Amino acid sequence: MAAAERRRTIRLDHLARVEGHGALTVKLRGSRVVDAQLRLFEAPRFFEGLLAGRDYTEAPDITARICGICPVAYQMSACHAMEAACGAEIDGPLRALRRLLYCGEWIASHAFHIYMLHAPDFLGVDDAIALARRNPDLVRRGLELKQAGNAVLATLGGREIHPINVRVGGFYRTPPPAELAPLRDRLTRARDQALETARFTGTLDYPELELDCELVALRHDHEYPMNEGRLVSTGGLDIGAAEFEQHVEERYVAHTNALQARIRDRGAYLTGPMARYTLNHDRLGSLALEAAVAAGLGEACRNPYRSIGVRAVEMVQACDDALAILAAYEPPARPALEVRPRAATGAACTEAPRGTLYHRYELAADGTIRSARIVPPTSQNQLVIEDSLRRTVEAAVQPKRRRSAGRAPAAGARAARDAASAELTAACERVIRCYDPCISCATHFLALELDRT
Amino acid sequence: MSAPGHVVVIGLGTADRGDDGAGLEVARRLERRRLPAGTRVLRERGDAASLMDAWSAAGLVILADAARSGEAPGRVRRFNASVMPPGASRGRASSHDLGLAEAIALARALGTLPDRVIVYTIEGACFGPGASLTPAVRDAAAAVARRIAAELRGLAVTGARSSGARARCA
Repeated sequence: MAAAERRRTIRLDHLARVEGHGALTVKLRGSRVVDAQLRLFEAPRFFEGLLAGRDYTEAPDITARICGICPVAYQMSACHAMEAACGAEIDGPLRALRRLLYCGEWIASHAFHIYMLHAPDFLGVDDAIALARRNPDLVRRGLELKQAGNAVLATLGGREIHPINVRVGGFYRTPPPAELAPLRDRLTRARDQALETARFTGTLDYPELELDCELVALRHDHEYPMNEGRLVSTGGLDIGAAEFEQHVEERYVAHTNALQARIRDRGAYLTGPMARYTLNHDRLGSLALEAAVAAGLGEACRNPYRSIGVRAVEMVQACDDALAILAAYEPPARPALEVRPRAATGAACTEAPRGTLYHRYELAADGTIRSARIVPPTSQNQLVIEDSLRRTVEAAVQPKRRRSAGRAPAAGARAARDAASAELTAACERVIRCYDPCISCATHFLALELDRT
Repeated sequence: MSAPGHVVVIGLGTADRGDDGAGLEVARRLERRRLPAGTRVLRERGDAASLMDAWSAAGLVILADAARSGEAPGRVRRFNASVMPPGASRGRASSHDLGLAEAIALARALGTLPDRVIVYTIEGACFGPGASLTPAVRDAAAAVARRIAAELRGLAVTGARSSGARARCA
């Protein structure tokens, strides 16, 4: 069929918030996907440029603006990278407080994703609002969990949206135990709710999809990883953050403004909850293990749809860790270590809710940042997400399997085509949501362009 | 903790993203003014859960936010969101979040939406990272702050609920 190229672009309206929207361009030849290019995330190039010439102490606050959902992750990676450059090491209560802060962000981010973004897909409703109408108690639980996480951020971080208490070397101020005490009850309740969440995920039906890509995450000698560890993988990787760029290469794909990360000489890889879980299953606490069983998970997870269960397990772990830290907390002698700058390069990986976040800074002797490199988890997952999308589109456009979307009107070839387009876009969005990338709203964020020849 | 039925004014937005900070500017200007007793002025990023927390138990919430809807930059619109039909204007503002429209719809579905919800939007021109407010938007933010202050004073003086008849969805 020598048909002229047919492009279908589905445009979606948007209000003002600026994280951008996703664009997926799929080239089809017949019913075979020959190319799928995904633009999900604006690489933080602007911020890398902005950091040059700034003082090393400014990196946590500047980079925290890169992601509105996980500012703590950026602060943590920035702090650890600067401390690595300057030869400082945080331990004791300051280290514990950092982990507590990260627990807060994990709880908030995972709760939000599970209930507001992902659960609707499994329950056959359009979005969180529809879910709230059908099952308000479920949504309330999700919101309470999120707010419990936010409470940790507000108490410790000073301001929920961009925690301002964090600095290179520690904090500007550390709380007396009395200030942290109110968190105990909230987190105890949150831990119960997190366990209920895991049980809930165990009741869902999961499409079959197995990833065979390399999984990459931090691994620590006794903790479930957040701030510290070596970078390991299912392919045998075992490196410190300082070697990251020797093993990971990024290619910038110009017209999609995307960065594709690959392990040199090997290829695509995935970071995030599935990777962490699979590589650190033996680091989970007993309650988290119980949650994993309740969620129907084995010792590894390679089905992206089942990531909802993994996030629930990680929420349980984070609540548990947070409570343990609170129980043992003694205020440190000083709120921060003195970290003196020196001419050096420092790198760090920490585990953001979405996956491994890499920062690297080159400093001048006076602490001025000469260059910065930031590789977010979503950039690293780009190729794997594209591959999942390719599979999804291919399955959907097989002619013999094409069936009406159920809502497709009987009349009109164009109407039917539009309905099929809408269904395909929705299917793509559902797959993308499994990966919880930095652009992952409940519905209709994706501009899908199909090029058919 | 404010008394139930109190008034909350929330400026929404993201700093360092050009005109996306319009709502924050409105809040900032209101913070400098003397407002009727019991009025709280907040600045929020705009994620649904935090918004719902911020306005919980309020009798009236007034929100100010930037919009990108193809209008002339600086154009101001005022909506009475209490009467917005469900599902209206569900355009997704944020890539990874549920925004204002969703917060209103969620709260309505959960039965926690304040009795009165007024939304002011300011059309933005430029939302690039690192940019500051464009002049038209900054002027509009000042105007919206004045309007909100006047609206609040009017409420305090009459001590009665605004009829909503002055709602201009212009």
